[in-house]
Amino acid sequence: MELSGAQILLECLKREGVEVIFGFPGGAVIDIYNELPNSSLKHVLVRHEQGAIHAADGFARASGKVGCCLVTSGPGATNTVTGIATAYMDSIPVVILTGQVPTPLIGNDAFQEVDIVGITRPCTKHNYLVKDVSQLAHVIRQAFYLARTGRPGPVLVDLPKDVMQKKTKFVWPDDVKMRSYNPNIKPHAGQIKKVAQLIRDAERPIIYAGGGVITSKGHEALTWLAQNLHIPVTATLMGLGCFPGKDKLWLGMLGMHGTYAANMAINNADLVLAVGARFDDRVTGKVSTFAPLATLVHVDIDPTSIQKNVSVHVPLVADCRLALEALKEELTPSLAEYDFETGHLPWVSKVRAWAKEHPLTYKPSETTIKPQSVVETLHELTKGEAVICTEVGQHQMWAAQFYTFNEPNCFLSSGGLGTMGYGFPAAIGAQFARPDKLVIDIAGDGSIQMNIQELATSVCNNLGVKIVILNNGYLGMVRQWQELFYNKNYSSTCMDAQPDFVKLAEAYGATGFRITAPGDLTRVLKQALETPGTVIVDVRVEREENVYPMVPAGASLTDMLLV
Amino acid sequence: MRHILSVTVENEPGVLSRVAGLFSGRGFNIESLNVGPTLDPGVSVMTITTEGDEQIIEQIVKQLRKLITVIKVVDLTDLKSVLREMVLLKVNANDANRAEILRTVDIFRCKVVDVSIDELTIEATGNYEKISAIVGLLTRFGVKEVSRSGMVAMKRSIQN
Ligand SMILES: Cc1ncc(C[n+]2csc(CCOP(=O)(O)OP(=O)(O)O)c2C)c(N)n1
Ligand SMILES: [Mg+2]
Repeated sequence: MELSGAQILLECLKREGVEVIFGFPGGAVIDIYNELPNSSLKHVLVRHEQGAIHAADGFARASGKVGCCLVTSGPGATNTVTGIATAYMDSIPVVILTGQVPTPLIGNDAFQEVDIVGITRPCTKHNYLVKDVSQLAHVIRQAFYLARTGRPGPVLVDLPKDVMQKKTKFVWPDDVKMRSYNPNIKPHAGQIKKVAQLIRDAERPIIYAGGGVITSKGHEALTWLAQNLHIPVTATLMGLGCFPGKDKLWLGMLGMHGTYAANMAINNADLVLAVGARFDDRVTGKVSTFAPLATLVHVDIDPTSIQKNVSVHVPLVADCRLALEALKEELTPSLAEYDFETGHLPWVSKVRAWAKEHPLTYKPSETTIKPQSVVETLHELTKGEAVICTEVGQHQMWAAQFYTFNEPNCFLSSGGLGTMGYGFPAAIGAQFARPDKLVIDIAGDGSIQMNIQELATSVCNNLGVKIVILNNGYLGMVRQWQELFYNKNYSSTCMDAQPDFVKLAEAYGATGFRITAPGDLTRVLKQALETPGTVIVDVRVEREENVYPMVPAGASLTDMLLV
Repeated sequence: MRHILSVTVENEPGVLSRVAGLFSGRGFNIESLNVGPTLDPGVSVMTITTEGDEQIIEQIVKQLRKLITVIKVVDLTDLKSVLREMVLLKVNANDANRAEILRTVDIFRCKVVDVSIDELTIEATGNYEKISAIVGLLTRFGVKEVSRSGMVAMKRSIQN
């Protein structure tokens, strides 16, 4: 039987295991939308294409599956670019389907034509323009395969309208073979032995974990290694949740807004095991003084990550989970021969002393609500079990610092690109992935306005997403830099003329709360979290609170500004 | 240091722009780039001449390998290989200097491929150094136009 391109596309999505697709229609994709009602796929109509891509990304992060979105040509496609770059920087598997003008018109500056394959070439793992319907099933198969394997990432498929209309026999390719793509996922046995020996010999080891541990589902092996070999653990923003935050070996995040203990530990360690992390400048500070006493081991599936920013002593190209499991196997017999606990005791005690000396903290207040206390209260009320999404700014850092994460896939934040407007649509995607979980977007008053239109999407789909705005009336993170490094010249960072967020919620059919007094915080937050459906909580917080510790950009990790 | 990379790629639209975009986007430098088909119509070979220290070249090679359409990358710099470039030069010629130009052409085993009353067009092939030497010698006669092919390269059969 012959099927149209649109029918083949939807059949392929189903076979790839797609359950929900976030999208927005238009002329170039009408044929696909025409077929959608005949398919078992759930389509979620967003209110802006940026919402669609972030929702697909949030779905992917919360579920560990490939997220999917569908938009029209031209402006529909360009509206996804920020979200594609966001997913690319954080290695998130998403497949973006864009409409395109009919093939005979391509290159003619046709109505709503844009070269989206050209535009997204540097911010996708790969992208395709499908010129022939007979290639369609093949390309979709490859797109999903590329998105989810190796170092995951966004893959875009551009679909000309006539290709969606043409009919052909549907053949599902049995498997995907690509001569030019064979990610190396198995760790090299010799390197594993070498790393294991370094671990046995180390006196002051530390694990520096990144998002790759979560992507590869390597958290269990990592936790085993840390707990059995008594190695303290720190993580990047992307790695939060890969190790239980309640464990006494947990040091908190490292880097620019990392903890004193984590940054001190990195720079005093004799062995740093970097796993699924990429030595980002926000993590290393001044590269030449990063971990100066340590032998650096770097485990990553992407060879380009290794030796890019920092020259490491022992590279190990592999899937993080497989590498961690191989280390576990290699080191299990050593547990009988070595007393790691006693061996590392002086080091672990030292690290704990640092944590005690300068814990994450803030000056409490009786009169104004401290933003950090909002995050702490959320943690208490949710028993640390919510899925937390964030926007970008100070609130993002406070969420990372003060909500203790115990599980992977529960902290969704734009780490690499730092995209304001990410959190709320991502929360919508996460809620579809995890209907069983409470999903909270910890937002800033600036960022939330970047994709506020998705309130309609959330309300329309009866989603219980809770938005908690840490409202400081400022683009707070930029204001903090202006305060500290630009002579308090608060140029364009004061958000006057804010909307009334409570009324705004109500206008969309959601529920709004406002909290202004510290004494009301716990009670009203609890009430808000228990309110069914989409809720906005406008929490008026201390306006000029700063995020500490802070390593000024380009300084050494140990040069921290403290509370 | 100058490196010569032989890059085997899928012969499909956009592959050149993926490679070129990688260089421009990451601030790597392309000195010359040559693309041509192979016996397999599905595959092309690019020869890229680039500059950089060891760490940069390592990144370039790895980043190229990461491109989905790139099948193979070989750094020919440390291998024994045949390197050839071709150049066409249009040189001013008059009765006074024509003989001298032709002598130079002879010494370098170049060819005259086009002649007019006041111009000679010369074709030269050779490695980078030879081509640079010829161009250098002929400039004093007044070179009106130069067209260089960029490097093509191949690993020698016997390596030691
Ligand atoms: C799309 C985008 N534009 C600009 C920035 C630069 N930026 C980083 S943090 C920030 C302030 C965010 O303000 P808000 O959402 O109120 O959060 P706060 O820092 O006050 O908690 C800005 C403007 C960005 N990260 N993303
Ligand atoms: Mg703010």
